[in-house]
Amino acid sequence: MAKDSKLILDPLADNNPITIQVLGICSALAITAELEASIVMSISVLFVLGVGNVVISLMRNIIPSKIRIIVQLIVVATLVIIVDLILKAFAYELSKTLSVFVGLIITNCIIMGRFEAFALGNGPWRSFLDGIGNALGYGIILVIVGFFRELLGSGTLLGFPVLGDPIEKTGLYALGYENNGFMLLSPMALIVVGIIIWVQRTRNKDLIED
Amino acid sequence: MAVNTEKNSYTVIFAIGMVVIVGVILAGLFSWTKPMITQNEEIEKQQNILYAMGVNENDESSAVFVSTEVASKEFASNIKEQMVITVDANGKMLKSQTRDEYMAENNNKEPYLIDIKKQKSNAKSGEPRQLPLFIGEKDGKKIYVAPIYGKGLWDAIWGYVAMDKDMVVQGAYFDHKGETPGLGANIKQRFFMDDFYGEHLLTDAGVFKGITVAKGNADPKNENKTDNEVDAIAGATITGDGVTAMIKSDLKLYVPYFKSLKN
Repeated sequence: MAKDSKLILDPLADNNPITIQVLGICSALAITAELEASIVMSISVLFVLGVGNVVISLMRNIIPSKIRIIVQLIVVATLVIIVDLILKAFAYELSKTLSVFVGLIITNCIIMGRFEAFALGNGPWRSFLDGIGNALGYGIILVIVGFFRELLGSGTLLGFPVLGDPIEKTGLYALGYENNGFMLLSPMALIVVGIIIWVQRTRNKDLIED
Repeated sequence: MAVNTEKNSYTVIFAIGMVVIVGVILAGLFSWTKPMITQNEEIEKQQNILYAMGVNENDESSAVFVSTEVASKEFASNIKEQMVITVDANGKMLKSQTRDEYMAENNNKEPYLIDIKKQKSNAKSGEPRQLPLFIGEKDGKKIYVAPIYGKGLWDAIWGYVAMDKDMVVQGAYFDHKGETPGLGANIKQRFFMDDFYGEHLLTDAGVFKGITVAKGNADPKNENKTDNEVDAIAGATITGDGVTAMIKSDLKLYVPYFKSLKN
């Protein structure tokens, strides 16, 4: 079906979960002080949302509507705990890196949002694509915000100093440049997301609501 | 036959079924992985202690433990003794045991597996507290590694501090359960942990002062090692205060032991 590609592409731009649907803002604020954390979180959400959407989609005809939210919550929590336990047993180092994200994934509103809005009404393959698309759309914003916050806040990218050494005063710092510590605090994530929304809506006027 | 998913009886049966299935899956998985997880955690403790005393494979900028395969062997060869000091609720030293004495009394439990969190709450309720102390040797110098435990912004933080007999820090390792990535989580980064090296825990007069994670201490290169301060991480004030607090409260208890070394 030709429409399948839209499921992946739409959330990347014109129906982005963060900038258009305004979901998942909490984690976009919390963990984007560093590029690496943004990337790890994006991959984790990609996995959970992809698999979760398929599971919910397969169960969609037998879930009683009265308790569907609880059922969705159980599916997410179970998936995350299974992954966490398996990583702890077989890839302990990796699990240490991911442990802080576990709580953030379970409470990520994008996941519940996609279960509720898409997986409950569509087949597994389309739900899978929708999950991947939305997770990628979420990831792109996270990576952009993480990139600017780490670059301007700490002068590093993925932990490598790219602007010189702020203490030894080399590189840009020799010219009097200073890191902006404010970039590391959550309010600046909101401002960066705001700027992305502004740029996006300026380029595509259809997105502007009345 | 289509099932009416709107009926109350169906909802109840579905809920019970779901709970049972999920419960069985998770319980089964947990008991299957538990031995492996426990082993991983024990190895991690050994790696942490070794890291603090300087037995690690650090490259230029990142913290690297000795590999899991050799951790137990390295631990056995580097840690010469695991002492257990028992103090009462006021911090008065009651007794000190060697590893063999401790293990004979506690079903062969290794002292490095002592649960620091539990010991801390014991002390709070007025019971005696067991303080493990790992003694190794590096470059002909005796190194004492002590565990510390406290709380950061979101959850627990802990670590191991290696000292010489004058309580000058010879290395430190910190870890956390759920501090904010990019901010408080950076206490386990080299740039933070390395600052502790060489810092004095005692004042010149020999009084315990600890090490404060200080903002704006005018010594960002950390050249002054006797100011009892290291540079804080921007945006991680509460986690930094947690590190300060656990160093002060937990290492203080070892002071009587270090004093006794001098006599």
